[in-house]
Amino acid sequence: MNQDFEPAILAFVCNWCTYTAADLAGTSRMTQQPNVRLVRMMCTGMVDPKYVIKSLLSGADGVLISGCHPGDCHYQNGNYKARRRVRLLNEILSQFGIDRRRVRLTWVGASEGQEFAATVNNFINDLRELGPLDSRGLAAL
Amino acid sequence: MARKIGVYVCHCGSNIAGRVDCPEVARFAGGLKNVAVSRDYQFMCSDPGQDMIIKDIRERGLDRVVVASCSPRLHEKTFQKACARAGLNPYLMQHCCIREHCSWVTPDKDEATLKAKHIVEAAVLRVGRHKELHSREVGVLPDVMVVGAGIAGIQAALDIAKSGHRVILVEKSPSIGGHMAQFDKTFPTLDCAACISTPKMVAVAQEPNIELLTWTEVEDVSGFVGNYTVTVRRKARYVREDICTGCGACLEKCPTKVVSEFEEGLSTRRAIYRNSPQAVPSTPVIDRDHCKMLTKGKCGACQKTCPTGAIDFTMQDRREVYHVGSVVLATGYDTMDPTPMREYGFGRYPEVYTALQFERLNNAVGPTGGKILMKSGEAPKSVAIIHCVGSRDRNYHEYCSRTCCMYALKYDHLIKDKVGHGCEVYNFYIDMRCFGKGYEEFYRRVQDEGVTFVRGRPAEVVQENGKLVVVGEDTLMGVHVRVPVDMVVLCTAMEARPDSTDVARIFGIAQGRDGFFLEEHPKLGPVSTASDGIYLAGTCQGPKDIPDAVAHASGGAAQALALAARGVVSISPTTSWINPDICVGCKVCIGLCPYSAIEFDERRHIAVINEAMCKGCGSCAGYCPSGAAQVKHFRQTQVFSEIDGMLDPLPDLLAPAAEISQTTAQA
Repeated sequence: MNQDFEPAILAFVCNWCTYTAADLAGTSRMTQQPNVRLVRMMCTGMVDPKYVIKSLLSGADGVLISGCHPGDCHYQNGNYKARRRVRLLNEILSQFGIDRRRVRLTWVGASEGQEFAATVNNFINDLRELGPLDSRGLAAL
Repeated sequence: MARKIGVYVCHCGSNIAGRVDCPEVARFAGGLKNVAVSRDYQFMCSDPGQDMIIKDIRERGLDRVVVASCSPRLHEKTFQKACARAGLNPYLMQHCCIREHCSWVTPDKDEATLKAKHIVEAAVLRVGRHKELHSREVGVLPDVMVVGAGIAGIQAALDIAKSGHRVILVEKSPSIGGHMAQFDKTFPTLDCAACISTPKMVAVAQEPNIELLTWTEVEDVSGFVGNYTVTVRRKARYVREDICTGCGACLEKCPTKVVSEFEEGLSTRRAIYRNSPQAVPSTPVIDRDHCKMLTKGKCGACQKTCPTGAIDFTMQDRREVYHVGSVVLATGYDTMDPTPMREYGFGRYPEVYTALQFERLNNAVGPTGGKILMKSGEAPKSVAIIHCVGSRDRNYHEYCSRTCCMYALKYDHLIKDKVGHGCEVYNFYIDMRCFGKGYEEFYRRVQDEGVTFVRGRPAEVVQENGKLVVVGEDTLMGVHVRVPVDMVVLCTAMEARPDSTDVARIFGIAQGRDGFFLEEHPKLGPVSTASDGIYLAGTCQGPKDIPDAVAHASGGAAQALALAARGVVSISPTTSWINPDICVGCKVCIGLCPYSAIEFDERRHIAVINEAMCKGCGSCAGYCPSGAAQVKHFRQTQVFSEIDGMLDPLPDLLAPAAEISQTTAQA
C-alpha cells in the first residue's frame, strides 16, 4: 500500500439517508480520514453518470455514491435506478482501463453514522492500495 | 458573469474553530473570484450573525451568499430566511457544512482547514450558478388522520378534535386502548389504568369530530404535505356496528375457544369476541380463521342468539379513501418474546411469566380476577423479578426500555399488597433507573416495604424440586446466589412492531437502527419526520412510559394542528423542469418517474413536468440523454461547479495565506 498517496474522493450522497448518516457520524465525533468531499444530492437517482465521469476527469481518484437501503428510498425507487446506472457505468469505465473499485455504490441509512465512517475509511484505504488514477485512459473519454 | 458573493464562515464557538482555522478560510474565500466580502464570526446563526449578512446584502448589494457552518439540515432554513428578510431570493444562498463533515471528524487542524477551504470554494462556485426560485403555496386539507388508538393516538386525536378539526382515528385491533388497556395499576401513583384511560376511550367514541375506524388498516398513502390521500382497508367484522347493542349474548353461545391475545395467552376467548366488557367500541368481532361458520359453513350459534340480527356472515373487507392534510402515527410498540432466551425458561417452566402476562394476572378483569395466583391456583410464597430481559443486551436490544425498572417496582408493591408481606420479592437488576417525577420517591417507598434488590443480571433460571431457582451473582456482595422462588417475572424489552418496516414504507419515513421510527432531529424535532406532514406520537418513536407518550402525542397533535390552522403550506420549488427546446421526446423519463408527474405533449412532441406532482427526486434528470430534464437547484451546471470546487488542487498547506488567495485568484 502506498502510504504517502492521499487519494481525492468525491461522494454523491442522498439527502435523506447517507447525508443524514454523515451528519450523525459528525455529531458522534466518528473520526474519518479527510480525503472525502461530500456533494449533497436529493436522491442517488439524480446522480447523472456525467457527474461521475466529470469527477474522475477533474482529479478524483474515486467516486462514492451512497443512498438509502433498497426499499427505503424517500422517492420510492431512486436508489434502484442508481444501482442500474452505476452497474452500466462501470461496464463502460472498465473498457477505458478504470478499475471498477474506483466507483463504489453503497447503502448507508440515516441512523448508520458508524457505517458511514467505516465506508469512507475503507474506500480511502482501498484507493490507497489502487494508487493514483491513471489519466491516460481518461483522455479517450 | 460578475457576481457579488458574500462568504460567512462560522466558528460555532469552538466546535468549528477548534479544528478549522476559520479566519484563514475566510481570507482564502476572500481571494476567490466574484467574492465581494468574506467574514468569519463566532456564531453565524445568532441574531448579530444574521444581521451581519442582512446588512451586507443591503449595503454592499450582495447578489449571492455562502454560509459555511453546520449541516444544512440544521440551519439552511435559518439563513434562507435571513436572506429573504434582506430582499435576496433565498435560493441564491448556499449553505455548506464544515462542522459535522469536517471539524468534528478530522483530528488534524491543517487537514481540517484544507477540507473546509474545498467545501467553501465548491459552495462559492456553485452559488454563482444559482437561479432565483419561488416556492408556491398550496392549501392544507383541514382533516387529520391519527393511526393507532393506544393512549398516544387517543391523546393526539382528542387534542386535535378539541380544536374543531375532524380526526380520522384508525386502529387495527377491534377496540381502542392499546397496551394501556391491558395494564392494571400505573406507576408511581398506583391509580388504576382503566380508571384513567376508560374515560378517554369513551370521550373518543362520543366526540363528534372523531371518526373512529377500528378493525382497519392503512394500505396506501399518496400525495404530499397538506394533501394526503389515504386508502384504508376496513376488515370485515361480521357484526354490524350500526345495529349491535353490545349486549354480549353472542359471546356466551359461541362454541369455539381460541387462545386470547389480549390475555397474553393466559386464557381463552371465543371465536366471536371483544377484549373486555369495557371495550370501545363494544361491538364484538368474529375471528375468521377460527369461526366454524366462516371456515366450515356450519354453526351460526351467534347469529341465532343475537336479539338485533347484527351478525352478518356475508360481510366483505372494503376499501375507503380519506383525504387529509397530515397524519399522526401512533402505532406503538410490542414486547419482546423471551422464548429464544432459553436460559430464563420462558415457555418451558409454567411459572415464568412475561411482564404483560403478570399485568393481566393483576387485572381485575383478567384471567384470575386480579388475584396473583400460580397455575396451581395457589398464591406464590416468593417471586423473582428479572429486569432488563432483552434490553441493555447486545444480543437483543442495546437500548434501555425505560419503563421496566418502574413497573418492576410497581409489581413489588402489588405483590406485597395482594399476596401479603410474607411473600418474598427479589429484584435482579443492573441499575435502577427511576428518573421521572415521583419515581425516586416510589423506589424509596418500595425499599421500605421489605423488597430485596440483588444487583446483577441472572445467568439462568432452573427448576429444582418443584421450585424455580434463579442463579446469578450479587455483584455488590461479590457472591454467587441461588434464589429458590415460586414464580419468575421477566421484564421484557419494548421493541418496534414487527410490521414497522411496512408502515415506514407506506408513510415514506425512516426507521432508526433500533427499528423505531426515526424523528427529524433527536432533540429539536422529536415528533416530525423526514416526510413533511407525517408526525410521530408515543412509543412508535422509542420506548416511553405513559406520561412521556402522552406528552409526545400532544406534541404531534400540535404540529398537525399548526399545519391545519394555517391552512396553507409552501411547497419547495426544487422540482424538475424539462427544457422544451432540447427535449427530443424519447419518453424514457415518463416511465422512470415514480410519481407519474411527467406527461407527453403530443402536439409539441415533448415531455412536460406537472410541477404539482413532481417531488424533485431527479430520476428523470439522472437519465435524460439530451440533458433536457434538470432538477431546479440541482442543475448540471451547479453540480459541475461544485465538483470543480471540491477537487481544486489547492496549493501547499504551509504556504502563506496571501499567496494562497493570489494563486487561486489567478486560477
